[in-house]
Amino acid sequence: MTSRVLDQLRTLESESIHVIREVAAEMQRPCLMFSGGKDSIVMLHLAVKAFAPARIPFPIMHIDTGLNFPEVIAFRDRLVTDLDLDLVVASVPDALARGEVREGPGGSRNRIQTPVLLAAIEEHGFDALFGGARRDEEKARAKERVFSFRDEFGQWDPKNQRPELWNLYNGRIAPGEQIRVFPLSNWTELDIWNYIAHYDVPVPGLYLAHDREVVERQGMLYAVNDFIDARDDEVPAVRRVRYRTMGDANLTAAVESEADTIAKVVEEIAAVRLTERGATRGDDKVSDTSMEDRKKEGYF
Amino acid sequence: MSDLLRFATAGSVDDGKSTLIGRLLFDSKGLFTDQLEDIERISQRRGNDYVDLSLLTDGLRAEREQGITIDVAYRYFATPRRKFIIADTPGHVQYTRNMVTGASTADVALILVDARKGVTEQSRRHAFLATLLGVSHLVLCVNKMDLVDWSEDVFRTIVDDFKEFAAKLIVGDLSSIPVSALLGDNVVTRSEHTPWFEGATLLSLLENLHVASDRNLVDVRFPVQLVIRPQSSAARDYRGYAGNLASGILKVGDPIRVLPSGLETTVAGIDTASGPVDEAFPPMSIVVRLAEEIDVSRGDMLVRPRNVPTVTQDVEALICWMDESATLSARKKYAIKHTTRWARALVRDVEYRIDVNTLHRHIEDDELALNDIGRVTLRITAPLFVDAYRENRETGSFILVDESTNRTVAAGLVLRR
Repeated sequence: MTSRVLDQLRTLESESIHVIREVAAEMQRPCLMFSGGKDSIVMLHLAVKAFAPARIPFPIMHIDTGLNFPEVIAFRDRLVTDLDLDLVVASVPDALARGEVREGPGGSRNRIQTPVLLAAIEEHGFDALFGGARRDEEKARAKERVFSFRDEFGQWDPKNQRPELWNLYNGRIAPGEQIRVFPLSNWTELDIWNYIAHYDVPVPGLYLAHDREVVERQGMLYAVNDFIDARDDEVPAVRRVRYRTMGDANLTAAVESEADTIAKVVEEIAAVRLTERGATRGDDKVSDTSMEDRKKEGYF
Repeated sequence: MSDLLRFATAGSVDDGKSTLIGRLLFDSKGLFTDQLEDIERISQRRGNDYVDLSLLTDGLRAEREQGITIDVAYRYFATPRRKFIIADTPGHVQYTRNMVTGASTADVALILVDARKGVTEQSRRHAFLATLLGVSHLVLCVNKMDLVDWSEDVFRTIVDDFKEFAAKLIVGDLSSIPVSALLGDNVVTRSEHTPWFEGATLLSLLENLHVASDRNLVDVRFPVQLVIRPQSSAARDYRGYAGNLASGILKVGDPIRVLPSGLETTVAGIDTASGPVDEAFPPMSIVVRLAEEIDVSRGDMLVRPRNVPTVTQDVEALICWMDESATLSARKKYAIKHTTRWARALVRDVEYRIDVNTLHRHIEDDELALNDIGRVTLRITAPLFVDAYRENRETGSFILVDESTNRTVAAGLVLRR
């Protein structure tokens, strides 16, 4: 303490809390996007700290694709009870049933999350949405602002972003427009895990190594579950695996791992040589700029 | 304990800036296999016989197609000693806006010079903008040393040339390193080709630079972000003022004055995300509890009674204009954000425009256009609590916002009065 230097985790924590408080102070109706993944868990944890001992002054929203790991839904519901949160669920299956959206080829619901999200934003009148995205995740994200302006269609225009200097954020918008806010912009995957380990932040058990029946498909390990059946030529086998990301259960692959504690996960991440999206997400492999294209349409 | 260092790089593709960053990421293992495969694949498709490390930083479609860098990109890597955040900005004069943005939060600026070309107008501009934005450590990287036969004379001439120019600027410290970003010499590992060079490699320099003392730990400035008042019965008596400590060291028991009201009391407690502390220092996010219940709201500032900022509605500032669709001139009005306070600002006068290449002051100019920097006087609708930017980056900076488009149109640096 005598050197009066904050270590990197506390520096990042401080910066994120500053961002979260700025939004609460300046925006009319913020909402925190919660996916059940580790990034949104850390973001929620920081929001709790930002307003303690008061409760979080905004709701959290979950885009339920209907393809979630049941463990993630159970985890979400427990957090909502424990932290006394207001939860908004935007349901993709409901939107499908109403015929508002249609599934893509291969059963991907990644693209149709966007219209469901935009409809929920409009219904609830949210003007600021917190997302747990980090700039180290993907090259289009590396250029996105902490306060990212979206027009009335929810679109991101990478060439027309507001300059962002010091810690002076500009959240001024016209009615119907929104700001997407990324308090974890400067965190890396390893920072997130170090933080979870250091502050004992609870995460779904799927992140830790466990035995699970999986099939190997294009070099990736997919769990056999309600959403994925083994194909005729595939032989399911029990392997020791864990998940690095929490996407849809029909698209998210597991990685082989012996890391059954958070400390071992940190060790594993520090040594790993593949990005988390590259290792586990079928949905980002479409093209060099697939993330940029989805963000322009209003995706997070 | 590892801390965090932010550095800014500026330069054009020709200088090998992206290659240098790619090299830092690659050699410090901040780069993942699939990212590398990705750029190897694209390099091959384009018919390059080398891996184009610049593809790592150029992420947007237009950038990849046109081979240019449009915007500020942030990159991350870490060594056991430090986490690094790189603000990577394009170097051309039309991107002064992005350089200013990148430098606004940087501790260190890397100035890249091509050994064959020497110090150019562009390198002088980068140095000027970095020091203007209060970056106190400059690192001059003389790149492409392999193309000048690792000549010590070439290196020394460039360094001397740069120092002559830097003497006109306020530079905290300047280091110079002969490197080859393409081959990796003196970036992460020491070069065998420069036995005459005694200094550290770039990474080692970045790991060891002492930046903690750059912060202002003298003048207590605490802009209030919001008031924390729980509604629950358990914490009904709690009332705290949340914010980021901009400067100074704030201790429990300290007398404080609230601006603008002038009311005085003492600090009863300081809460942080990790519990209560006896003292806070920047850049901690804290909640301050006061001994007496007095009226404090967002936009107010807590300071020490004997050390107060200038409370004024008249601000002298350097402005970097950032909007392409309009210009700044006398009598125009904008929204202004300074610390946690919004107000309106009227431009009284444009005193001069600075040529960012020659540092010449054009007093005949009365308008600032995109990427222009100039001195202006502003009249504010309500008093701001300001310090000179040189002494305090947090209370010396502001942004201007166009009230019709809501775009951030300018960055402002408060000058000493």
